[in-house]
Amino acid sequence: MFDALWGWPPPVLDPAGPYADKVTVLAWVLLALGVIVTAIVCAALWVAIKGPPRWKQRLGGESAVWIGGIAFPGVVLTALLFWGLTLTADLTDDITGNEQRIRVTGEMWWFRVQYLDEAGRVVMEDANEIHIPVGQPVVLELRSADVIHNFWVPHLSGKKDMVPGRTNLLRIQAGEAGQFGGVCAEYCGGPHALMGFVALAHEPADYARWQQARLQRLAGPNTTGGVGRQLFMESGCGACHRVAGTEANGLAGPDLTHVGTRATLGAGILPNHRGTLIGWIGDSQGIKPGNRMPSYDTLSAAELTAIAQWLEQQR
Amino acid sequence: MRGQRQITITGIQPAARLLAGLCLLAVAACKPPEEPRYTPDKAIAAEGLQVIKQAGCAACHEIPGVTWPAGRLGPSLRGFDDIGLIAGALPNTAENLAAFLRNAPAVKPGSTMPPIPITPDEARAAAAYLYGIDDDV
Ligand code: HEC
Ligand code: HEC
Ligand SMILES: [Cu+2]
Repeated sequence: MFDALWGWPPPVLDPAGPYADKVTVLAWVLLALGVIVTAIVCAALWVAIKGPPRWKQRLGGESAVWIGGIAFPGVVLTALLFWGLTLTADLTDDITGNEQRIRVTGEMWWFRVQYLDEAGRVVMEDANEIHIPVGQPVVLELRSADVIHNFWVPHLSGKKDMVPGRTNLLRIQAGEAGQFGGVCAEYCGGPHALMGFVALAHEPADYARWQQARLQRLAGPNTTGGVGRQLFMESGCGACHRVAGTEANGLAGPDLTHVGTRATLGAGILPNHRGTLIGWIGDSQGIKPGNRMPSYDTLSAAELTAIAQWLEQQR
Repeated sequence: MRGQRQITITGIQPAARLLAGLCLLAVAACKPPEEPRYTPDKAIAAEGLQVIKQAGCAACHEIPGVTWPAGRLGPSLRGFDDIGLIAGALPNTAENLAAFLRNAPAVKPGSTMPPIPITPDEARAAAAYLYGIDDDV
């Protein structure tokens, strides 16, 4: 998630798709207008202090107020408003049926991700990362389960609030394959600053293959087993986490069906490997203070390792 | 990222500075300052800090120079430059440390630190950083 905010060029100024392009153009135009207006104000100030008396008189006159104070900003701001709204209108276009639909729900302090079919039924569950095809528009249906969050992938689009009780649409599209960091951009309490995700854009053929593999995995039984699975169930992890094909069907925490393929852990904040898995399960409160998963420091290192090994197989 | 405590004596009155200097001298006379075991190449150590941050070592360790996270599943690495045996078991050499960082259970059977996916070069850089920690106050 940190690559959403840092880097060179700055991610906000480095659009990687058509919708982000528009937001960037809008930002540059606003900046340019700001600079022009500031220059005009400075010039007027100079005239008012040091200018020739005739100029001063004109500047102090009533017509200067009508023109410079009311007409000019009125016209410019109105034009800007219409232009800006037109430019970015298609970021929130309705669903036409030709796009990948993904529902993303902000939860304190992670992102629930659900891939939908054309009818809006949930096909696959995931968390903290969204996979999208390159060169095709994706419609995100943004929701919140608790407080207001905000969905933001600087490389791919502008910010959009996730409001409880509403579904906000946001279109994104990646122009190139790659991994793009995202963050929650609205303070939502506690470890808000550690609430992120990643967007992974795949070439269309790779995307189709990825989708197929996931569906295949969901169609068959979950054949992974061993001590890790047993410990996972006995420790009560399944009360909050779902792993498809097992008795774990909790909904309070991220879906772990594919956790072994995740790029990150803890909502975009840690790399994902056995070490960080163990570290997270054993001391998630030390890593992300205040998050809603307890630290399992009553499990031994061997037990934590066994659970991590089992989770690695959930692909 | 900053995180190390620093003591500066600039800006203090000259008399106080002299006094502080005398105290330091007195302390130094009793016990010569600890020589770091290795004086690692600064550039490699800086690389090592990046490796440590990217690998997420701090998910289990408090590490000077890493402000976040500071997981406490493993031992704190404060003062690691002055430690005796590595993980209380291995002779303290740079090669041993690098090998331990990549695959602890392989070099210290039964070690509870899991193997970390980093290359041998990255492990050597991370080891250089750990030896270069100088947080004696
Ligand atoms: C009380 C509910 C609860 C229990 C019990 C629980 N978790 Fe969690 N878990 C969560 C929540 C909530 C999160 C998301 C935390 C965040 O990022 O803010 C989470 C996150 C995780 C993640 C990171 C997922 C990701 O993609 O970022 C893993 C792995 C995980 N839990 C494993 C476990 C294991 C293993 C157990 C049992 C030993 C367990 N959890 C028990 C609630 C729970
Ligand atoms: C799953 C948590 C975990 C992760 C991730 C982890 N460690 Fe460890 N580390 C431990 C544990 C537990 C020990 C104690 C091992 C032992 O005594 O055998 C340890 C021991 C150490 C020691 C020896 C400390 C001493 O006092 O002698 C060093 C140095 C160390 N780790 C560095 C690292 C570095 C560098 C990384 C990242 C490349 C890392 N660790 C990642 C858990 C972890
Ligand atoms: Cu937030």
